[in-house]
Amino acid sequence: MTATRPPVVQVSGCRKTYGSLVALDEVSFDVADGEIFGLIGPNGAGKTTTMECVEGLRRPDRGTIAVLGMDPFRDAYALQQRIGVQLQQAQLQKRITVWEAVDFWASLYRRPSADGRRLLEQLGLADKRNAWFMTLSGGQKQRLFIALALINDPDVVFLDELTTGLDPQARRAIWDLVHDIRTRGKTVFLTTHLMEEAERLCDRVAIIEHGRIIDNDTPDRLVARHCPERTVVVTTDDTGAEARFRELPQAQSVTRHGARLTIEGRGDDLVAAVIDCVSAHRIRVSDFRTLMPTLEDVFLRLTGHSIRD
Amino acid sequence: MLRGLVKLTWLEIKIFLREPMGAVGTIIIPVAMFIVFGRVAGGMFAPGTVGGPATSPGTSAPAALGADGVWVRVILPVFAALLIALSAVISLVTIISIYREGGILKRLRATPLRPATILTAHVVVKLLFTAATLALLVLAGKRYYPSGVSVSVGSAAIALLISTWSVLSLGFIIASLVPTARFAQPIAAAIFYPMVALSGLFVPLASMPPGLRTVARLLPLTYAVSLLKGIWQGDSWFAHAGDVAALVVVFAVCVAISSRVFRWE
Repeated sequence: MTATRPPVVQVSGCRKTYGSLVALDEVSFDVADGEIFGLIGPNGAGKTTTMECVEGLRRPDRGTIAVLGMDPFRDAYALQQRIGVQLQQAQLQKRITVWEAVDFWASLYRRPSADGRRLLEQLGLADKRNAWFMTLSGGQKQRLFIALALINDPDVVFLDELTTGLDPQARRAIWDLVHDIRTRGKTVFLTTHLMEEAERLCDRVAIIEHGRIIDNDTPDRLVARHCPERTVVVTTDDTGAEARFRELPQAQSVTRHGARLTIEGRGDDLVAAVIDCVSAHRIRVSDFRTLMPTLEDVFLRLTGHSIRD
Repeated sequence: MLRGLVKLTWLEIKIFLREPMGAVGTIIIPVAMFIVFGRVAGGMFAPGTVGGPATSPGTSAPAALGADGVWVRVILPVFAALLIALSAVISLVTIISIYREGGILKRLRATPLRPATILTAHVVVKLLFTAATLALLVLAGKRYYPSGVSVSVGSAAIALLISTWSVLSLGFIIASLVPTARFAQPIAAAIFYPMVALSGLFVPLASMPPGLRTVARLLPLTYAVSLLKGIWQGDSWFAHAGDVAALVVVFAVCVAISSRVFRWE
């Protein structure tokens, strides 16, 4: 992230309604050059609507959007040349082959496109060149859509619910691919309702619910701001340990389940304090675990419910 | 965007031919049926009675077939041409709704392709298949049909193109409105096939009850049939200027409507 370059995506004061349903309400955020930015929230929160407004597929009722300095709706064709898009739940023609899709997409763009052959190799689709779209697995389809999103060597890549419906192994493989995209100097704007995905991938996230952005920052800072609690779980036979831990000023509570002690407190100091305590008093520990709050907890804290509800 | 149009058209042709019923359903079956029907019908007439005026009023040709062979000479070819054009329109309606439901239209729109290019490619594909089928029909007709029907192929083709274009535009409105792909084909068929019955092809407009006649006058197929029948019988274009005008008006109105109501997703 470089602060000197202007943001790649600027959204300010966007509102979009469908009849009486307010899909987006005063949505504002920036995506910086070269970062992976994630819009996270439950299904129906407005993620896809936001992204499709930014891609120029929908027009907000109010507010302004600039992508690479262009208006995505007015300059749609100029902008499409410089962005790559993967849409949620998109399909291709059932009987189009992988190579036909890549070749056709490449022909649609003016600027020298990425090497389709190499893209397919990098995405592990080289041996599927002549396979019909309908015969591909979910992971292979998503990798093909990534190939199509990258075929014009875009400056910004939009990925909407990229790994929904994939098994954990395919998901991990896709995450690696997204990291590679960023490594090549591109900006990535993605949406997800998977908090683990956001934590693994995103440099910065915006949390959206009911069409409003509740907060946005790096995952670490969001956790620190909204969920400062830390928990350390220690398993020990040392009968004096519980009392020692209770003496720690950072510890707010200590509970015992057999040999397992759960120490709860606030701030990063807690973990260090427990470690110091263990070594200072030579407490024999058979297990030591820290439980860190996640974006999932941040979401719960901010909205009062779990993202999967 | 011509390059995109050509590429997409070619791609869609290849994809269509890969469908299990693609080439067989649109080209081979209609042509085969036409040939079989022609042989059966042809066998019912002595060569002299078909294609020319009835030689003697007392011959035993069934009245419904027309004493002068108009059934085989005019109605059957017009009917065949019409059915092929309609099946192309119904297939277009179905494909557009499948593409919309699957998000394919939306995915194509998120490229530098212009929306009009995407839809034009599909229309071109349908027109090409229709033309190919009709060309085969003409060849089959020459070979298998008993009468030497002397129709200007050029005029007939233009008349059919105008008719198809007009009906296609109506198809686009249907494609815009059908809720899901599952219903696209039955809904389109339920709208188009009754139109054939009311088009005046089999039952002349004059012998319809007044209510039905009014309905028939509002349907584009009625003008298409009038035009095709006339051109097939060797009428001048001038005599059918009204039909052409009606079809052009239908086209303009349907395009205007569907450009407003068409949904990409």
